[in-house]
Amino acid sequence: MKNKGKKPLELYLHIPFCVKKCDYCDFLSGPSGTETRKAYTEALIREIQALPEHLDREVVSVFTGGGTPSLLDASDMERIMAALRDRFEFSENAEITIEANPGTLSSDKLEIYRAAGINRLSLGLQSADNRELQLLGRIHTYEEFLESYELARAAGFDNINIDLMSAIPEQTCEKWIHNLKTAAELKPEHISAYSLIVEDGTPFARRELKLPGEDEEYQMYEDTADILKRYGFEQYEISNYAKNGYECRHNIGYWKRTEYLGLGLGSASLVDEELWKCLCGEETSGSSEREGMDGTEYCSPEQREYRFCNTRNLQEYLESSRNPRIIRRDVAALSEREQQEEFMFLGLRMTKGISVQEFRGRFGKEIEEIYGKVLKKYEAMGFLEESGGFWRFTRKGIHVSNHILSDFLQD
Amino acid sequence: MTDQSKIRNFCIIAHIDHGKSTLADRIIEKTGLLTQREMQAQILDNMDLERERGITIKSQAVRIVYKAKDGEEYIFNLIDTPGHVDFNYEVSRSLAACDGAILVVDAAQGIEAQTLANVYLALEHNLDVLPVINKIDLPSAEPDRVISEIEDVIGLEAEDAPRISAKTGLNIEDVLEQIVEKIPAPEGNPDAPLKALIFDSIYDSYKGVIVFCRLMDGCIRKGTEVKMMATGFSTEVVEVGYFGAGRFIPCDELSAGMVGYFTASIKNVSDTRVGDTVTEVTRPCAEALPGYKKVQPMVYCGLYPADGAKYGDLRDALEKLQLNDASLFYEPETSVALGFGFRCGFLGLLHLEIIQERLEREYNLDLVTTAPGVIYKVYKTNGEVIELTNPSNLPDPSEIEYMEEPMVNAEIMVTTEFIGAIMDLCQERRGQYIGMDYMEETRALLKYKLPLNEIIYDFFDALKSRSRGYASLDYDLCGYERSELVKLDILVNKEEVDALSFIVHAETAYERGRKMCEKLKEEIPRQLFEIPIQAAIGSKIIARETVKAMRKDVLAKCYGGDISRKKKLLEKQKEGKKRMRQVGNVEIPQKAFMSVLKLDEK
Repeated sequence: MKNKGKKPLELYLHIPFCVKKCDYCDFLSGPSGTETRKAYTEALIREIQALPEHLDREVVSVFTGGGTPSLLDASDMERIMAALRDRFEFSENAEITIEANPGTLSSDKLEIYRAAGINRLSLGLQSADNRELQLLGRIHTYEEFLESYELARAAGFDNINIDLMSAIPEQTCEKWIHNLKTAAELKPEHISAYSLIVEDGTPFARRELKLPGEDEEYQMYEDTADILKRYGFEQYEISNYAKNGYECRHNIGYWKRTEYLGLGLGSASLVDEELWKCLCGEETSGSSEREGMDGTEYCSPEQREYRFCNTRNLQEYLESSRNPRIIRRDVAALSEREQQEEFMFLGLRMTKGISVQEFRGRFGKEIEEIYGKVLKKYEAMGFLEESGGFWRFTRKGIHVSNHILSDFLQD
Repeated sequence: MTDQSKIRNFCIIAHIDHGKSTLADRIIEKTGLLTQREMQAQILDNMDLERERGITIKSQAVRIVYKAKDGEEYIFNLIDTPGHVDFNYEVSRSLAACDGAILVVDAAQGIEAQTLANVYLALEHNLDVLPVINKIDLPSAEPDRVISEIEDVIGLEAEDAPRISAKTGLNIEDVLEQIVEKIPAPEGNPDAPLKALIFDSIYDSYKGVIVFCRLMDGCIRKGTEVKMMATGFSTEVVEVGYFGAGRFIPCDELSAGMVGYFTASIKNVSDTRVGDTVTEVTRPCAEALPGYKKVQPMVYCGLYPADGAKYGDLRDALEKLQLNDASLFYEPETSVALGFGFRCGFLGLLHLEIIQERLEREYNLDLVTTAPGVIYKVYKTNGEVIELTNPSNLPDPSEIEYMEEPMVNAEIMVTTEFIGAIMDLCQERRGQYIGMDYMEETRALLKYKLPLNEIIYDFFDALKSRSRGYASLDYDLCGYERSELVKLDILVNKEEVDALSFIVHAETAYERGRKMCEKLKEEIPRQLFEIPIQAAIGSKIIARETVKAMRKDVLAKCYGGDISRKKKLLEKQKEGKKRMRQVGNVEIPQKAFMSVLKLDEK
């Protein structure tokens, strides 16, 4: 039997609590009392403990997102991490991230995170301008952010991401560049720069906002890559920039469709058929069957994949988290066609693009056979390019990527 | 054999919304043909579309039995008539099948334009008109005023007109009694040679064409060898019968004075044209009933399936619709922009809209319609004359000597306060004033000669809006006139879009071109590159707009694992693209092809 190592698995933990919901935010989160947070921690640990033991997977990354996960007591986070380590086998250099917001961190908390194995911190700054922060409904000032950032460095965090937001109401290109430079000068390892999307149902959607025009947004996006490059950040995804070697592996996993398991309220998962059966308790472990196989680690073309999502109802989650059958929703078996579509529209988000060879390996077909027409059309128009066995967006194409990506859905 | 003196053949005429269909329902209900539970509002209008639009498209008929106060049983044949100018010919044939007409007048609104037009039409057919005052339950009802209006304006005895509410059923018996008393019984000769008027026909997949007819003389039964006098088609009758509500009830024989149907394994409705006279092969009547004319399509447009793969479905659907509608014409055509489709001919714009809606609704087809046009006569320098129904087929200008367009004599009934507004409208539409007759102090009949192509777009709507609904239009084709016509082409991204070309008068070409470009700019979504939209006559560009390129469309934040949400967004976008037509590199929404039909909407 070949010893190829286990198939990688990513974990996502959702902590749906924040101090105060920001005015643009449409994520599943909201303010809460200490007791709810305690109850949630217990429920999350129950969900972890209810997972089958000895899953034939190696955890390569954990991402704790929210909400504001740093709002949980450090001891709670410690217990959650312990529960995970108890249940899963972690790879040696697993990337373990927690999202944090200024004003919710302390040296003690950061120490405990470190001790629990958390090795990456994602800090929400959004803007270096206090007026803009106020307009967004953020709970902190730039100075408070700076304090948190320095605490994190002092605690030994050597992989920090800063979240920034462009196209904030009334923002000019100059102001955005200022924010960008201010963040870059702090020398984080990673910067995520999103542009504001006004989502239905948020306070922003009900407000009359002076949003920057399309041309300004275009310029902001163009400047972002240029300026960050000067500070040593390379763009590797539509909204993500990193120093060499610090690309967020967890996120890349999403774009490359590595298997992931979402834990906590409203979390989404993607698993292959074997893991799905295993999670459903149909087999205690997939290993016995896998032994007979020739060691192929990746989905064969016929293999189905499953997506599902945990309930978004907090009460239900608190009551039933130990019973996956109750909390799992929207289970969808992905056909090969859907897998191909996702492979394309997720993979093309990465500046490196998608590998022709990987497509062949996964689906047993040439990419040309399925997508030749679309790829050629946009190549001719100068929005896509191919080199070294990869298809990717050109600089011109990335600006209108969303428009183009929908063409990768098959008829 | 039914005694003719116990038969009453009549129709109901009214201005729109005065309660024609509701009264018909009430009459059917009161005579006990149906229980209340079986009643579905507006029984006679049984196409969904008719019920929704509140209009009657096809003629319908129903036979009911009424036991009158004199103790006798009477047979009522109620024939419903279409109410729109497009179907005027069908109306006149329906009226010709009747002996009398019930005139419904709204007790609050009184006489309206269509009331008059319909009355005159009924009188033209020598029908006895029985006025009925409806909606007396309305708080604003003024039956006395309306009665004297009927007497003054129409000159119709109305003193003892039934005052009813068709809605609540109040005094419906009065109407039924007066039908017996005041509408004359038919007076045909059952022993004379067969002479029957076809007033409608429908196609049934089992029985073939079902011919609706009114027997003037003679009788018809199973086995009768019949001949259609205009089309010359002859066949042997398989079944005769009369009309129950929503179904056909076979009987042994139909005789003079009766209204009913016959079937004869007829495969094609065009063999049994509305207005034609049916007689016996062996014993033909001396002469046909007057008034038959072959209905000619007046308006043409291209109909294309939104999804090219549905071409076959569209063809099948048109075939089926034509079975029921001999006035629908179609033939295959090809468009560079729209692919394979059909050039279709209609009686008018409403007819077009109705066919379009029926195709979409009853046959589940998504359609793209091109701008409607009329038949132009193109006189070429080589002496050839072309009848042009598709602008794309217009020869090169150098080969054209001159062109002619069809004209109509339009009669517009209008209240005096709107005369100015309507005259302006006619002037704008290149109308030639012919004259004006005052019908009475407040009402006039305006006569104009108008190009047909000016009234097929939205003339009817404009007329209604400029007269607050009071004006009514009737028109007759009156030949062709020479005219300065040009073909206006639309270029999208420098490519001519044939489906958007149309013929227009030289004087209005610039204005139309400009409006088309403006409208298209609104309708064509921004794409990955800049798109010029131009209007051109020949090689001369007369208007231009530009759809700017899309610069930024990035879905920045995509919450990690929740891919299904992102996919839904992409699917929505893809769905939107599907409803577009690819012309060169440009995606043009189907809506854009249609938006140019309504350029004058403010």
